[in-house]
Amino acid sequence: MTATLEKTAPGPGSAESGLGAVPSFQVTLRVQRYLPTDAGDLPAGQDVGAPTPGEYRWDEFTLTMHGTDRVLDALHKVKWEHDGSLTFRRSCAHGVCGSDAMRINGRNRLACKTLLKDLDLSKPVVVEPIKGLPVLKDLVVDMEPFFASYREIMPFLVTTGTEPTKERLQSAKERERFDDTTKCILCAACTTSCPVFWTDGQYFGPAAIVNAHRFIFDSRDEGAAQRLEILNDKEGVWRCRTTFNCTEACPRGIEVTKAIQEVKRAMITRTF
Amino acid sequence: MTTIADPKAPRAARPGPGRRSTRGNTELYGWVFMRVSGVLLLILIFTHLWSSLISGEGISQVDFGFVAGKWANPFWQVWDLTMLWLAMIHGTNGMRTIVNDYAEKDSTRLVLKSALYLAFTVVVVLGTLVIFTFDPCPAGAPMDLLPDVCSDLP
Repeated sequence: MTATLEKTAPGPGSAESGLGAVPSFQVTLRVQRYLPTDAGDLPAGQDVGAPTPGEYRWDEFTLTMHGTDRVLDALHKVKWEHDGSLTFRRSCAHGVCGSDAMRINGRNRLACKTLLKDLDLSKPVVVEPIKGLPVLKDLVVDMEPFFASYREIMPFLVTTGTEPTKERLQSAKERERFDDTTKCILCAACTTSCPVFWTDGQYFGPAAIVNAHRFIFDSRDEGAAQRLEILNDKEGVWRCRTTFNCTEACPRGIEVTKAIQEVKRAMITRTF
Repeated sequence: MTTIADPKAPRAARPGPGRRSTRGNTELYGWVFMRVSGVLLLILIFTHLWSSLISGEGISQVDFGFVAGKWANPFWQVWDLTMLWLAMIHGTNGMRTIVNDYAEKDSTRLVLKSALYLAFTVVVVLGTLVIFTFDPCPAGAPMDLLPDVCSDLP
């Protein structure tokens, strides 16, 4: 494995660093920048090369990165060493919190799960904010419309009757039924890859439907009818055109389109 | 020092127009109709094509008289009427969906949908009228333009 890596990048440093060395390479990062009009005066030192308020601009950075680096590491390098005004979200940086979903080379991915070496480095790596949500600054978008849809489908357990003294039991098979949709981290990669959502911000979007699916098919939950009613909307599941962009975009590998179709089927079997 | 809001404080309603609830089974029925009519149209259209263009003398048989003969039969009247209505509703619903998907402004949507529904009404009304009021031998028409059956009439 190490030998293969060294062969692919016989840089000047590889001879002295020897076994286990991580190859390094040049990466050009092309980042979309945006500064809101109400940004006010920037602190001294940060106003150098900052975008004009209210306008989009492309910035290119050429960086020396390593084989183990991800797009997020490149963004960090830019922010820490080149331009401190670059703004993006990230929390855990390990693909669990879902904060750093962005459009990398035209595809929605998590910056912390995209290794630079897996991208085509002969061209600049294009990084944009996710589409369909208002951009606040650079790569940060307003997630509120996304979370509003999420809240609307009641993403919590709904039960009636007396609470059991111990846990609510469920068989392994019953748990398996909605296992896939429990993986969602609410990164919005699916919803902002959906062409219907791009033109119609009122559409609930794949993420909300996935999280409804998680409860609709949970044997312990009793709010399925209510959730189906909520999603049986002009802006609900029937807007889905099964383009599979969401399934493609999901960094957790959830079969999003399948989940949406299962919700549709539940509605149809309920009606007829 | 600024303070942050108590996370457990009751959340103020979101400013601006929220989602208007448009719940109901309309879109569900629309979705089911597209599937059902799609299957029916496959049968209707391919039988229509076979009966007109392949069976008998094939494509050379199609003329005014052939169509007149077909529409003299109630079976083909009903067949063509079903085909017309299903195809028009299927197509119009599909176009409506596309308008909903691509027209971002309410005014654009209104204009496009009005044009669509107008076209639908004109075609369906005209088509239905033709199928039921079709007279192969209109009185006073020049004989050489009419099918042979008309010359046998008194």
